[in-house]
Amino acid sequence: MEQAQEREGRPSRRQAFQPGRPSGKTQGDVVLSVERVSKSIGRKPIIRDISFDVRAGEIFGFLGPNGSGKTTTIRMLVDLIKPTGGRISVCGEDVNRSPERALRHVGCIVENPEMYSYMTGWENLAHFARMQPDIPEARIEEVVDIVGLDARIHDKVKTYSLGMRQRLGIAQALLGSPKLLILDEPTNGLDPKGIKELRAFIRELADGGMSVFVSSHLLSEIQLMCDRVAIIGQGRVIAVGKVEELVAQAETYTLWLVSDPERAEALLREHPDARVVGEDEHRIDESLLAAMPGAIVTSMEPDAVPGWVERFVAAGIGVQAVHRASPSLEELFLKLTEGERLG
Amino acid sequence: MANQLALIQNETLKVWKKKRFAVIVLILLVLVPVFVYAQLKIAENNKDKFTDWRAELRQRIIDNTNALSSDRVPEEWKKWRVALVQQLQYDLDHDVNPNTPNAVTFTNSFLRNAVGMFIPLMVLAVASDLVSSERSTGTIKMLLTRPVRRWRILFSKLVTLTLYVSLIIVATAAVSYLVSGLVFGYEGWREPVFVGFRLAGSDIDTADVHAITQGAYLLMLMGLVWFSAMVVAILAFMVSVLVRSTAASLVTMMAAVISGAILSNMASSWHSAKYLFNVNLDLTVYLQGSPPPIDGMTLGFSLAVLGVWAIAALVVSFAVFTKQDILN
Repeated sequence: MEQAQEREGRPSRRQAFQPGRPSGKTQGDVVLSVERVSKSIGRKPIIRDISFDVRAGEIFGFLGPNGSGKTTTIRMLVDLIKPTGGRISVCGEDVNRSPERALRHVGCIVENPEMYSYMTGWENLAHFARMQPDIPEARIEEVVDIVGLDARIHDKVKTYSLGMRQRLGIAQALLGSPKLLILDEPTNGLDPKGIKELRAFIRELADGGMSVFVSSHLLSEIQLMCDRVAIIGQGRVIAVGKVEELVAQAETYTLWLVSDPERAEALLREHPDARVVGEDEHRIDESLLAAMPGAIVTSMEPDAVPGWVERFVAAGIGVQAVHRASPSLEELFLKLTEGERLG
Repeated sequence: MANQLALIQNETLKVWKKKRFAVIVLILLVLVPVFVYAQLKIAENNKDKFTDWRAELRQRIIDNTNALSSDRVPEEWKKWRVALVQQLQYDLDHDVNPNTPNAVTFTNSFLRNAVGMFIPLMVLAVASDLVSSERSTGTIKMLLTRPVRRWRILFSKLVTLTLYVSLIIVATAAVSYLVSGLVFGYEGWREPVFVGFRLAGSDIDTADVHAITQGAYLLMLMGLVWFSAMVVAILAFMVSVLVRSTAASLVTMMAAVISGAILSNMASSWHSAKYLFNVNLDLTVYLQGSPPPIDGMTLGFSLAVLGVWAIAALVVSFAVFTKQDILN
């Protein structure tokens, strides 16, 4: 669709080293295209008319709370569930009509990376390698190396930890050198270190030109990892766009930690360029509030902050900390769904 | 397009690694000696009863030959007596005590007794979780998201099932021959056995009775046992596609097989029961010439009924497996 000629002259992994990641990236060709897809089970509509595209080399977030239709959508992407209407194509091949061609470009982990526990990691990989054309043994060695499972690859999978199963799942997904990697809640059950490693790993893959489709209900996860995001709620796509553009739609908060909160709050209320935000009005990450107990949450232009510092100091109120909190995607999600409900 | 052989290799390997076949062989190795011991006790008991078996054989030959010259004996009975005399004469000539079992006759009788329950049970150990285990462990999500059409995956599982059913039959015969041979000796392949008895109403039609060797008889038995085992396997295969839980699919099939055995004993006056698959499973009755469970059943009839059931099960399996949504 957009700039189909990109394929030949893709700037490849060079982009990776540009610091401001997504903004500088040109829009690649469409790897996954979801057009007006819907699914009903019985008479109950589960997915209603959703559309979005995933482009080459981008990390695409798929965000929605549990029960929003996220899992159903992912299963439709890989032909586990047949859509009632619409079309899903990968690299131009219809997933439901010719899965044997479309799925060649896809590697995926749907929910947990379940492998045959009575076989070794290597036997599992060999099993899945035989299901795809032209995967030599060297490629199995390669993916084992990529995910760093060399030491335990000949052990039975039932002896693996969750993190190792996750790695084996990713190795399996990478076997066929896919153009699109689909990961369903990949950080589930990983420790913080594992999550960080996974994030870096996914970024590396995307820099190598692979598109990565990541679903999550963890909002911060998507913010940290993704270039673009589709937000899904009640079976509908509520918004699709660059993460920061969507985030910009929601309000930014300024948190003040001062020596005399009561006077400071009174002062803030006197001036029209600041607004004190009540406790149930905002949805700032709780861990952030825990680090600044008793902080006053305000909404103001960034330019107004230095003036306010001066004002507080002049009034004899000590400023202990000022913090700008970007809105969480949860907040954004609520904002978008509220609009939906009202409209 | 992935090679169909590679897919079959995958499925065969999975059943093997699950050690299903190893368990079956182990069960055989434990149970067959028990039956061999029971058979040995029977043989010893007979030996006590008939001290001079050669004299007894000679007496029977004389009795039957006399009956042949009698006018009062109907013609078809004469044929049967001719056959019997032949068998007895063979035994006498070769110094074989017909009451002493050998490895081949033991294997034959073991197969005949195993066809109704024992073999189906072992077949179910492989068949009933062939598909359902992929669903209950979640590996089906990996399996079906690979670039292979679903019918090819199911087909490779079906071929694997056929392979293992054949292997189970061969293993059963082999284990029972090898174990019983230790006690009864490995002879007996060339001994004659009489087949071709047919039940016509209350009379036995002996027109086609003829002698074949025990070895040939064993091969025929194995073929019939294989056919009925395949039908059980294919039905279990269908249940395993339809039901997510392995336990549920195993219990369903067990119930069907056992109820067949019960029905065979009590449904002789309920004629339409003969269209049920499970009363037709014991195909060996036709070879022995013992009465079928329900009047009007013949070998051809049973094969046809079982065949129709199997084909229907395959149609359902493939239709469901290729279309169903994998929701969990």
